[in-house]
Amino acid sequence: MATLVIAEHDNGEIKPATLHSLTAATGLGGEIDLLIMGHDCRVVAEAARGLGIRKVLLADDASHEHQLAEPCAALVVSLAGDYSHVLAAATTQGKNLLPRVAALLDVGMVSDVIGIEAADTFRRPIYAGNAIATVQSLDPIKVLTVRATAFEAMPPGDGQAELEVLAPVAGPSGSCFVGEELATSERPELTAARVVISGGRGMGSKENFALLEQVADKLNAAVGATRAAVDAGFAANDMQVGQTGKIVAPELYIAVGLSGAIQHLAGMKDSKIIVAINKDGEAPIFEVADYGLVADLFDVLPELDKELGKELDKL
Amino acid sequence: MKVLVTIKRVIDYHVRVRVLNDESNVDLNNVKMAANPFCEIALEEAVRMKEAGWVSEIVAVSIGPQTAQEQLRMALALGADRALLVPVEGLVEPLTVAKLLAKLVDREQPGLVLLGKQSIDTDNNQVGQMLAALTGWPQGTFASRIERDGDELRVTREVDGGLQTLALTLPAVVTTDLRLNEPRYASLPNIMKAKQKPLETLTLDDLGVECRAHSRLLKVTAPPVRKAGIRLADVTELVDKLKNDAKVI
Repeated sequence: MATLVIAEHDNGEIKPATLHSLTAATGLGGEIDLLIMGHDCRVVAEAARGLGIRKVLLADDASHEHQLAEPCAALVVSLAGDYSHVLAAATTQGKNLLPRVAALLDVGMVSDVIGIEAADTFRRPIYAGNAIATVQSLDPIKVLTVRATAFEAMPPGDGQAELEVLAPVAGPSGSCFVGEELATSERPELTAARVVISGGRGMGSKENFALLEQVADKLNAAVGATRAAVDAGFAANDMQVGQTGKIVAPELYIAVGLSGAIQHLAGMKDSKIIVAINKDGEAPIFEVADYGLVADLFDVLPELDKELGKELDKL
Repeated sequence: MKVLVTIKRVIDYHVRVRVLNDESNVDLNNVKMAANPFCEIALEEAVRMKEAGWVSEIVAVSIGPQTAQEQLRMALALGADRALLVPVEGLVEPLTVAKLLAKLVDREQPGLVLLGKQSIDTDNNQVGQMLAALTGWPQGTFASRIERDGDELRVTREVDGGLQTLALTLPAVVTTDLRLNEPRYASLPNIMKAKQKPLETLTLDDLGVECRAHSRLLKVTAPPVRKAGIRLADVTELVDKLKNDAKVI
């Protein structure tokens, strides 16, 4: 019994989500191999050898340059027969690739695993996190995506794993990469940040989001948003926290000017400490908040910024 | 080009779901049901493609209970030309749905299948990708923009960190994200006209697909409840609590 974990990387380093999924993989028992697909990404594979796993498999080929689902699924399927589990983080990449892999293997798939009960039994949220299903997989190969925030990041291990270079596998064509527009940010990545501060429709405008950013800078926090704020054009859509956006579980989540719709709560209610700032004392967000402040955010945010500034000065 | 659009009947997204006491599932008795919001976006996109003149026919498909007829009628009222229902009771797993859709693709020969990226009940986010695998077609998941470029489809996808654009050769499978469009409402005359549009029922036997179980649902439980929080008077108190009690800053 062994697990194949599919790595996510940017051709330079492994993404944090993969380190979390490696921890999930250790919960399955058995050896772990890590598959790195890409082009000119040997440096990623070399670095991954120190992760305390059995093997690093490297598929370095032009056909994997943008890690498109079609060629990558063909490659994973060619390897899957040697494994009892095929696993990836439930990021957009994992969600794009693994169902394709599962169908090609004629097996079902378990999405967004938050708990491992046994090698074939998993817990996962359904109905926007309002219920937790315990599911037993009946297939010979378990194909899983795991929710990164539900597992710790794997620390570096001892020794150097064997590096195996794979020959390219012919996959179907039909899709090709045209371009990408990646949002650039100096702040920590939303899903990996220790502190997240999010704004909702109550922020009123894109300009007002700058108030959140000031506070975020003081806390070294990532900035998130609700769907309403994204749809209103206040924030970029990759900042959306919720059922259909990103799932975060930081140590501190500060919810500003957002009501706390079920779809938003699904993305943040596993945060350690939740702070709600809203002038409507009846807003559902107060039901999950550890600390609530019923006040106008336009008074609170500058004041919070000032107070945090004072704290920083003391250090 | 013919387009196949999938419509799933799910619990209305405003409903606060409750887990049954015997932990067998959530309570679906007497709750409001509706079309999955992502399916509505897929249908809207198909209708816009037809209005733009590059789609000739829209076939709406639902795999689910008999009552999913309501959602198919709504799809017809919104602009689908005809509908297909494959009645299946109970939970149908994504791979089974994908296999049934693959059979319908064989039968209907569409140039494009549009699906929602996920349904808001099971939150799987699998069927579109699985259908693409079974048909061998390219996939454009989490689409926030779809454009036609000759024989190709340009699909802009919402990925972690931003947007990615792919060119897909047709036929293809595309799943829709929230920002692709804003679905329209059905007008009363269109709702009346929809009653005359064809809605065909096909059984699992007709399609020759067996429902093999890939998983067993052992139980459904309520998520852990957070303990009640406290209301604070001002920012000074908040910073003090975060620093000294919660120790998070």
